[in-house]
Amino acid sequence: MTVTTVAQAPGQDAGLASRRPVIAVEGLSLTFDTADGPVYALSNVDLTVEEGEFVSFIGPSGCGKTTLLRVLADLESATSGSARVNGVSPEEARLGRQYGYVFQAPALYPWRTVEKNVTLPLEIMGYPASERRERAKRNLELVNLTGFEGKYPWQLSGGMQQRASIARALSFDPKLLFMDEPFGALDEIVRDKLNDQLLALWRKTGKTVLFVTHSIPEAVYLSTRIVVMSPRPGRIIDTIDCNLPAHRTLDMRETPEFLAIAQRVRDGLRAGHSYDD
Amino acid sequence: MSAVAAPLAPPAASITARTLVATAATVAGMAAVATLAHRPGVAGNAPVWFWALVVALWIAAWGVNDRLTRLPLASGPSARARDVAVPVLFGLTCFFLWEVVCLGFGVPTVLMPPPSAILAKLAVSQATLVADFRQTFVRSVVPGWLLGSALGFAVALLADRVPFLRRGLLPLGNFVSALPVIGIAPIMVMWFGFDWHSKVAVVVVMTFFPMLVNTVAGLEAAGRLERDLMRSYAASWGTTLLKLRLPAALPFVFNGLKINSTLALIGAIVAEFFGTPIVGMGFRISTEVGRMQLDMVWAEIVVAAVAGTLFYGLIAMAERAATFWHPSYRRRRAA
Amino acid sequence: MTTEALALPRSRAGGRIAAGIAQSKAVAVLAIVALIVLAWYAAVYPMNADLPSMPKEVPFAERFAAAYALDRPVLPAPHQVIAELWKTTVETRATSPRSLLFHGWVTLSSTLVGFALGSLLGIVLAIGIVSVKPLEKSLLPWIIASQTIPILAVAPIVIVVLGSIGLTGLVPKAIISMYLCFFPVTIGMVKGFTSPDTMQLDLMRTYSASGLQTFAKLRWPASVPFLFASLKVAVAISLVGAIVGELPTGAQAGLGARLLSGSYYGQTVQIWSALFASSILASGLVLAVALIERVTMRLMGARP
Repeated sequence: MTVTTVAQAPGQDAGLASRRPVIAVEGLSLTFDTADGPVYALSNVDLTVEEGEFVSFIGPSGCGKTTLLRVLADLESATSGSARVNGVSPEEARLGRQYGYVFQAPALYPWRTVEKNVTLPLEIMGYPASERRERAKRNLELVNLTGFEGKYPWQLSGGMQQRASIARALSFDPKLLFMDEPFGALDEIVRDKLNDQLLALWRKTGKTVLFVTHSIPEAVYLSTRIVVMSPRPGRIIDTIDCNLPAHRTLDMRETPEFLAIAQRVRDGLRAGHSYDD
Repeated sequence: MSAVAAPLAPPAASITARTLVATAATVAGMAAVATLAHRPGVAGNAPVWFWALVVALWIAAWGVNDRLTRLPLASGPSARARDVAVPVLFGLTCFFLWEVVCLGFGVPTVLMPPPSAILAKLAVSQATLVADFRQTFVRSVVPGWLLGSALGFAVALLADRVPFLRRGLLPLGNFVSALPVIGIAPIMVMWFGFDWHSKVAVVVVMTFFPMLVNTVAGLEAAGRLERDLMRSYAASWGTTLLKLRLPAALPFVFNGLKINSTLALIGAIVAEFFGTPIVGMGFRISTEVGRMQLDMVWAEIVVAAVAGTLFYGLIAMAERAATFWHPSYRRRRAA
Repeated sequence: MTTEALALPRSRAGGRIAAGIAQSKAVAVLAIVALIVLAWYAAVYPMNADLPSMPKEVPFAERFAAAYALDRPVLPAPHQVIAELWKTTVETRATSPRSLLFHGWVTLSSTLVGFALGSLLGIVLAIGIVSVKPLEKSLLPWIIASQTIPILAVAPIVIVVLGSIGLTGLVPKAIISMYLCFFPVTIGMVKGFTSPDTMQLDLMRTYSASGLQTFAKLRWPASVPFLFASLKVAVAISLVGAIVGELPTGAQAGLGARLLSGSYYGQTVQIWSALFASSILASGLVLAVALIERVTMRLMGARP
């Protein structure tokens, strides 16, 4: 039963003309009560994301970009405002297993092999064993980890671990991917390579991706749209369309178009007084 | 021995070879002098040259150990062999000194029997020792340890479901861990009689709280992201427990089991000081000590030590098999 | 309307306070303690009902009440234990052998002597182990292995052997406490002395600091949290050592002696009060160490 819920995520068969928003956020605010007084993590955030988009969230620490993702994933509850994911509440979306989440760290379970880690969500969602194996094979192939099925996570490099965690998020084929600084802990060379792989994956699968990052080049390189955020209170200060060609290569980073968009992101961050303190 | 030295470069190898020869010579010397100590002329009133020999061997053993420690062995089987050899040699030296001092000065056996006398007693009293072991270890320690640990584990799971219970039980559990719980032994003997039942009861009470505290701590051990992952799958409490939190808690659970293995043995032995049928390790220790039969008491302690070490070792082996993924065991597998 | 508007926030605040109380640790602990006391009271009658000393052929209410006032019950009621504690501490002269204060002091004094000596020995040995390599390699494995064996079983030997050469009373018990608590202190302090990481040690190397300086400026301060952690364990088992040290020869004084004589003569109330007294003593000792720890850590600039 759960399998069908996943397979028939709303919006799947919608044509280009009748696109309906995958994410619809209106007036969303979230305040944490801490010992040092309230922290305004999110303040009056509005956002719409349509199917197939790759939206990056960029901003300094504390700007609420991760919190926004966590609210959409129902890992955190908003104080006020509304958020819809695939037309339902974040909680219903979570219970319907409609999204995959990639965390800052791989968060692989060290007592499971790479293959078993990838099949973990499938076990929980009740897929039969044969399908689990088949999907693990397919998704590990997708992230170039074929041959590492029997290894334990701690026997892999950091980049391989993060790839395995992406395979895990893809394994149950959610139409929507939340990625919270998935490559933040990796060095730049590995990060470039994974960015390329992620782009290829996105083109191939047409999934909607919400991607949190610290890196301006990464955001510009990957996204169709960039949301610039600023802290205290966490809010959106600019939304930048990133209409570079769909097929992107790393050398594009030197082109004027690329640099112009990067400059605009940088200006937006500066306007938010992001690095004043 | 030569196999140990073989992989080294020539100069290091010759140092190793010389150290190994010195080690062998020292051990042989200790064996010879210990035998000598049993001779009529030496036992009881050893001459000065005998003591000179003993001191010389002591210095030699220390020097050899120092050399062994300094051997340039980085890692691998030879280094591991060294890490075993050094404490073994140290232990041998201690037992050697114990033996020759007892014999050479003619220390009365009611005060301190030499190791050889304890070994002899071990050999001749096998039947008694086995009966005591069965009564104390098999009938009291193991069932009590199993029951107490299982109970602690179960209550920890319950406390995990009921936060109020956890908030109340955890400080209490920590508090009780500092108390002399062994004091309940006379009460348990009164309630459950002299036989093994009362010892099981004492062991259950002693092992319950360490297991409770460790399991509760272990269930908190799973990381935040790992839990969020389960939440993003809309996994139930049971699924999260089974797939994430119990595996993550295993190192803590095993820690509790290991702490409890020692506590259980202490609990059962001391509880027997308060009354037993005429069998059991604690019973034997308290009665033989009263009759000044110290060799028997020491023999019983040797059995207790061996049993305790093996018990602990078995648990540690199970732990290593079950938590191979934990950082403390990882390196060996990864290599 | 106005009252409603006023009442709503108040009741919400009340609800929040109630929730806060439910989440408070102290309340939870007290609730569970209360539950235990209740269960204890509930168990007293069934536990004692079959005793021959129970009055027979009287109304149930009388029998029921009697179960809570027996001289030698199977399970004394909590108030009986507390009354006994009160009687033997406040209402008895502290020098009398009937006073629990007297027995408590006998046990406490050997506990403290053994604890002080054992901790000192443990620290000295740990210093030796971290500074003399052969000592580490030869001794540390034995000390670690000793944690897996019931070394408490050696206690009767210490008592009897020292007794036969004329040493009785405080010294043998203190020696048992000493050897029991020196093992965890040694292990804890070796851990503490080796706790500074490579970067911190490298820093001392860049200053070309001597071994002694590195010890005084880095290893010793870094080991203080480990010291207190092991001292808390040590003081608790030091007390256990002193109590068990009073068992084998049927000592005349001390909390262990009270347990033993109570068990000989079926004086359950006496056993329970001795058990409570040792628990109070143990928590007092651990609390004292924790207090010293807090003060020390604050003096050393740790966050309160």
